[in-house]
Amino acid sequence: MDIATLHIDSIREGLLARRFSAVELTSEALRFAEAENPKTNAYLHFSPERALGTARRVDEAIARGEDPGALAGVPVAVKDVIVTKGLRTTCGSRLLANYIPPYDATAIARLEAAGGVILGKTNCDEFAMGSSNENSAFGPVRNPVAPDRVPGGSSGGSAAVVAQGTAVVSLGSDTGGSIRQPASFCGVVGVTPTYGRVSRYGLTAFASSLDHIGPFGRSVRDAARVLSVIAGRDPMDATSADAPVPDYASLLDRKVKGLKLGVPREYLKDLTSETGDLIARGVETLRKLGCDVREISLPSTDYAVACYYIIATAEASSNLARYDGVRYTFRNTGSDTLIDMYRGTRGEGFGAECKRRIMLGTYVLSAGYYDAYYLKAQKVRALIAADFTRAFSEVDAIVAPVSPFPAFKLGEKIDDPLAMYLSDIYTITGDLAGIPCMSVPCGRTAGGLPVGLQILAKHFNEPTMFRLADAFEAAGGVDA
Amino acid sequence: MTEEEVRYVADLANLKLTDTEVSRMRAELDEILAHIDKLNEIDTTSIQAMAQVLYQAEDTATLREDRELPCLGQKAALENAPLAGAGYFKVPKIIER
Repeated sequence: MDIATLHIDSIREGLLARRFSAVELTSEALRFAEAENPKTNAYLHFSPERALGTARRVDEAIARGEDPGALAGVPVAVKDVIVTKGLRTTCGSRLLANYIPPYDATAIARLEAAGGVILGKTNCDEFAMGSSNENSAFGPVRNPVAPDRVPGGSSGGSAAVVAQGTAVVSLGSDTGGSIRQPASFCGVVGVTPTYGRVSRYGLTAFASSLDHIGPFGRSVRDAARVLSVIAGRDPMDATSADAPVPDYASLLDRKVKGLKLGVPREYLKDLTSETGDLIARGVETLRKLGCDVREISLPSTDYAVACYYIIATAEASSNLARYDGVRYTFRNTGSDTLIDMYRGTRGEGFGAECKRRIMLGTYVLSAGYYDAYYLKAQKVRALIAADFTRAFSEVDAIVAPVSPFPAFKLGEKIDDPLAMYLSDIYTITGDLAGIPCMSVPCGRTAGGLPVGLQILAKHFNEPTMFRLADAFEAAGGVDA
Repeated sequence: MTEEEVRYVADLANLKLTDTEVSRMRAELDEILAHIDKLNEIDTTSIQAMAQVLYQAEDTATLREDRELPCLGQKAALENAPLAGAGYFKVPKIIER
């Protein structure tokens, strides 16, 4: 049994043909993941009892002749910002190093109800703030493809485990690119669904108008299967959409001939030459598949980073106010008054990036600045969203790069926060508009570093996005 | 941005910063705010702010029947408290005498 090459469909087939049991698969997956993990630091902790418990339930269902669920026996890893009942959830923060959540996120409950086996929790930037995974209080993650480089962030661990083969699929979260960018850096598929497609109940809040949960997989089909399981209306999240959830994998018919695709010219100007070449070859593959490719313009793109870092930090400064030393495990010592305890706890507990964002968010929301910053940003956000609405009246999907460059070296950009923010330019627009978008592998640089092609579609049009990505993957990406 | 402003915002945010952090934060926030000023290039006077990302349902869609549902319970809610007692979260003294 080679965990690193398994897919959801091959696991299902193996279980139903009784070639292996879910308990056997889970034991082997845990053994492999624990042995390989020191190479990347992608898992923060494992959950063997919980995993074997789910596996036993899957085996019992099969023995009774029942359907064991859409994700039966599939080894899954979960980003450590998604709460798991009774299983430590740290958010990559010193503040929550010992936090044991009293409930499960809706996405977790749905995963396990479908037979998905949670092996453990993955490393990430503290409270999902970062683009390199270097902001974790528990050390950085190494990119499995190039160990001296970052895996991307903030869902670096969730991308790395899928690339490393220590999980078959995983869950991450995306606020400004935190699923697509690490997927592109590690050479796997990563999906940010439509805003509200997946319930955020139990996702530790960063920026509530931008936060998404989404899957990683080694194939488009695997990611599509996971999304069908976790998506759907949830009374516990008022922003979750009440739209029917298709069986996305069943719609992967590879019929993309005549599909109208737009390539935004604003997304091509700051690319490194190797990334630009690979994206151009990826677009050529789509053209050969019969897609009708044209250049389009998304004119507000230049303002996206400024807009995003106002809205995201403003919301974060409010959401992170709850970590005050009263309810969530960590409290500093030696403070005599309540206010000193708040300030000392937060000063000691948060890392540099969280502090920077809390400060920026507090500043833009402070008395006298609201109109100049937050209100202005919400107006610019409307313009960015309108760009996409206009584009989707002409094209069925948009194809673009995910990141201006491939995975960079550990430590290379950590001292220049603005440069790190600016590198999010191609991913934050999709989050600001709330549209579905994903990264699909698009070849490698001469040095062997993966590059991702981004596909964006209009609200709830995941089927077209997946169909295109699957056809691209089947055609061999840029190696066609 | 001055260091004094940084300290004022840190107080609003209930964040204790060291002197080194204050000086570093001043420079970094300055640089980021200078980039953010880019937004003033666009005229947005006639643009309506995007207050809701996506909401394709009736206004009453999130309302539910007014009936009791199981809740977390006191014990579970207190389990992660750094300091608790007698069913309460315990904090340092608030009122000075």
